[in-house]
Amino acid sequence: MAQAAIELIGINKSFGAVRANRDINLEIVRGTIHGIVGENGAGKSTLMSILYGFYQADSGEIRVGGQPASIKTPNDAIALGIGMVHQHFMLVDNFSVLENVILGAESDALLKKSIAKARSELERLEREYGLEVDPDAIIEELPVGLQQRVEILKALYRGAEILILDEPTGVLTPAEADHLFRILKQLKEQGKTVVLITHKLREIMAITDTVSVMRQGTMVATRETKKTTVEELAELMVGRRVLLRVEKGEAEAGGVKLAVKNLTVKDTRGVTMVDDVSFDLRAGEIVGIAGVAGNGQSELLEAISGIRHAVSGSVMLDGKPIDLTGKADPGELRDRGLAHVPEDRHHVGLVLAFEENENSILGYHDDPRYLKGPLLDIDAIRNDAKDKITKYDIRPADCRLKTANFSGGNQQKIVLAREMEQDPGVLIVGQPTRGVDVGAIEFIHKRLIAMRDQGKAVLVVSVELDEIRSLSDRILVMFAGRIVGERGPEASEGELGLLMAGVEQREAAE
Amino acid sequence: MDIFIAIVQILDSTIRLSVPLLLACLAGLYSERAGVFDIGLEGKMLVGAFAGAAAASVFHSAFLGLGMAILISVAFALIHGFASITHRGNQIVSGVAINFIAAGSTIMLGQHWFQQGGRTPALAPGERFEAITWPGVDAVRGVPIIGPIYSELISGHSILVYIAFLMVPFTWWVLFRTRFGLRLRAVGENPAAVDTAGISVAWLRYRALICTGILTGVAGAYLSMVQNGGFVKDMTAGKGYIALAALIFAKWKPVNAMFACLLFGFLDALSIRLQGTPLPLIGKVPVQFMQALPYVLTVILLAGFIGKAIPPRAGGVPYVKER
Repeated sequence: MAQAAIELIGINKSFGAVRANRDINLEIVRGTIHGIVGENGAGKSTLMSILYGFYQADSGEIRVGGQPASIKTPNDAIALGIGMVHQHFMLVDNFSVLENVILGAESDALLKKSIAKARSELERLEREYGLEVDPDAIIEELPVGLQQRVEILKALYRGAEILILDEPTGVLTPAEADHLFRILKQLKEQGKTVVLITHKLREIMAITDTVSVMRQGTMVATRETKKTTVEELAELMVGRRVLLRVEKGEAEAGGVKLAVKNLTVKDTRGVTMVDDVSFDLRAGEIVGIAGVAGNGQSELLEAISGIRHAVSGSVMLDGKPIDLTGKADPGELRDRGLAHVPEDRHHVGLVLAFEENENSILGYHDDPRYLKGPLLDIDAIRNDAKDKITKYDIRPADCRLKTANFSGGNQQKIVLAREMEQDPGVLIVGQPTRGVDVGAIEFIHKRLIAMRDQGKAVLVVSVELDEIRSLSDRILVMFAGRIVGERGPEASEGELGLLMAGVEQREAAE
Repeated sequence: MDIFIAIVQILDSTIRLSVPLLLACLAGLYSERAGVFDIGLEGKMLVGAFAGAAAASVFHSAFLGLGMAILISVAFALIHGFASITHRGNQIVSGVAINFIAAGSTIMLGQHWFQQGGRTPALAPGERFEAITWPGVDAVRGVPIIGPIYSELISGHSILVYIAFLMVPFTWWVLFRTRFGLRLRAVGENPAAVDTAGISVAWLRYRALICTGILTGVAGAYLSMVQNGGFVKDMTAGKGYIALAALIFAKWKPVNAMFACLLFGFLDALSIRLQGTPLPLIGKVPVQFMQALPYVLTVILLAGFIGKAIPPRAGGVPYVKER
C-alpha cells in the first residue's frame, strides 16, 4: 500500500444554509497526480481551501503524511508542505518575479539578503524542474502561462511537497497547458504530490493517475484514471447521462442575414488582427469560427458587434451596413436584431455588483416592457428575470442575488438568457461555454441549436474545437487574422488542427 | 545681492512651509500604499497640533508635547483603522468623520480646559521646539553665497524640520529595502496575495496606519509648537488636503513627495512674499489672488501636468476574503 500524502476524513463545511462539503473522505497517495472533478459549485474549491487553511472545516479531520494536522491559516499549510496555485493568481502585478516569490517567506528583515537567497534558489528550481522564468521580470509584463509558473515557483520555494492547482488551464492556451502538464509530470517524477482541480475531463484523462468526482458537496466516486472513461466521469459529475455531442438535424439555411466583406481590423499598436475577412451568415445555420486564441477571433467579434473600429471593409446586417467606426450605438444594433454574447462576461457582459434581475435586462432596459412611465418597472423586471431563471435553469433561483455570487456557468446562462430571449435575428456568441461545467454546456448547446432551428443566424467563436465541431453547420478556421479554410462539421479534428496551426497555408505558399 | 538675499529668504520660508505638508504627505503615503485611503490626514494633524500644544503648556515640556501629539494622532489613526479595516467601512466617510470630530473636539476641549476661545496658552520658550544653530554659523555668515545659504537655509531650523527631511530617505528605505515595506506595498496592490502568503492583511494595514498616525502627529506638533506658539482653531487650514494632492502629484513615491511638497511650500512662500509688492508689467495684485495661487496651481497640476498617476490598485477597497 502506497503511503498517503493527505487523508481527509469526514470533512463538513457550510456557508450559511449552503452545505458546500458534506462528509468528505479522500485519500491522496504520495507521488501521484490526483484529479478532482466536479461541476462548478460542487465544492472542489471549498475542499481545497480547507486543506490550504483558507477556511476552517466545521468538522472532520485532516491528516498530512499520516499525522493529524491542524490547519488554521495558510501559514500552517505552508509549514506542512502544502502549496496552492489559485485559479486567480495571487500575484502582485507590479512586483518582480523575485519579490512575488519571497513575499511572506522572506528570510530576513532586509530585502537584500532575502532576494539573493531566492535568486539562487530559483536557479536551482529552474534546473531541477525546467521552470524557466526571468527572476527580474515584472509580473504584468509576463504572459499568463509564465505568471502561473511563478505561482508554482512560489509554492516550491516554500518547500511544498504537495501542490494543489485550482483550474490551472482555464486561462492557458493549449500550448501553455501542454507545457504545464510536462512540468507537473516532472514534479511527480521528483516525488511531489499533485492535486489537480478541474472540470475539463480531457485533462483528467491525459495527466492524472487517480480521479475523484464531486457532486453537490459530496464525494461520489474515486477511480483509477486508466480504468475509467470520459463518459463515466461526466455521468458521475452530473448525476445523469450527458450527451457530450449534441444531436441535431440538418440545417436549413435561408437568406443571408449578416454579410462580412473584406473586413480588416488593427489593434492600438497598428498590428493587423483581422486581415481581409469575408463570409456570409445565413438564417437557420450555425457558423463556427475555430482557431487558437489570439488569432483575431476576438477582434472580429468586436468589430462585427460594433464595439471595435475596423480599418476597412463592410458588415451588412439584413442588407443594411453596420457602423464600423467603433462608435456604433449598441442599442441601435440590438433594435435591428443583433444580439451579442461577449467573450468576457465579467468585463463586458455583466455588472457583477448588480442583482441578477438587473443584469438580465441590461441593455434592454429602455424596452417599454420594463418601463412604467419614465421609471423602471421593478416588478416586471423581476418577473421577467424569474421566468428566465426557470427557463434556463439558473441556480440559485434567486433574482435578487448579486451576480458575482453566481458560478461562472450560471453567469453565462444569465447573459445567454438575456440575449436569446430578445428573439434576435442574428446571435453572435463568443466562447459560449468558457468556464462552464459539463451539464450546463449540454444545455447551452441545445439552446443554440434550438435558436438555429427557429431560423436564426448564429455565429459562434470558440477556442474549444470539440464545441465548434459539435455545434457548427459550417466551420471557418482563423489563423493570423485570416480565414484559412472552410470545412463542414464532418471535418476531422486533425484536419482542423492543421488549419488552426497554419500548416496548410504555408504549404500552399510553397 | 539684494535679490540673492531675497531668494534665500524665500527658500528658507519654503522649507518652513513645506515641512507640515511633507510630514502629512509621507504619512498618507504609508496608509495609501497599504491600500487604505486617508482623507483624515487633516484631522489627525489638527488633533496632533492641539494635543501637542496643550500637553506642552501643561507639562512645560516640548518633548512631552510631541509625545502626546503622536499618541493622540495614532489613536485617531486607529479609529480610522477600526472603521475601515476591521469593519470594512467606507474609507472616505471614515476619514471625513475624523476631520469633523477633530475640528469640533479641539475647539471644545480647548475652551473647556483653557478658556481662551479654543486656543491653548501661548507656549513659553522651553515649551516650544527652538531653532538649532549649527556650528560655525557665525564664522561663515560673512562669506558670500555660501554664508547666507549655510546660516539661513541649512542652519537655524527646529529639530522637527530635520526629522521631516530625514524621513524622506528613511521612508524610501523602509518601503523598498525592508520586508515590512515589501509587504506593505503588496497589501496595497493585492491583499489576497498577502493573505494567501500567510500574512495578516488587517494587522499589516493597522501597522501602516500607525506609521501614518506618528507622522501626522509630528506634523501637527510642528504647526502648534514650531510655526506657531500655541494651538489656534482650524490651524491646519487645509494642509492635509494639499498633502493628499501632493501625494497624487508625487505618484505615491517618497522622493517625489518631497519635491511636490517643496513646490507647494515654495508657491506658498512666494505668495506671502509678493503680497503688496507690485509685479513688473502686471502691477499691484490683490492679496486674495496671491493667496489663491497655490491652490489654483494645485488644480492645474493635478488636472493636466502629472501624466498618469496610478494609485495602489487595492486602494480604498476593504479586504474581504473571497468565498
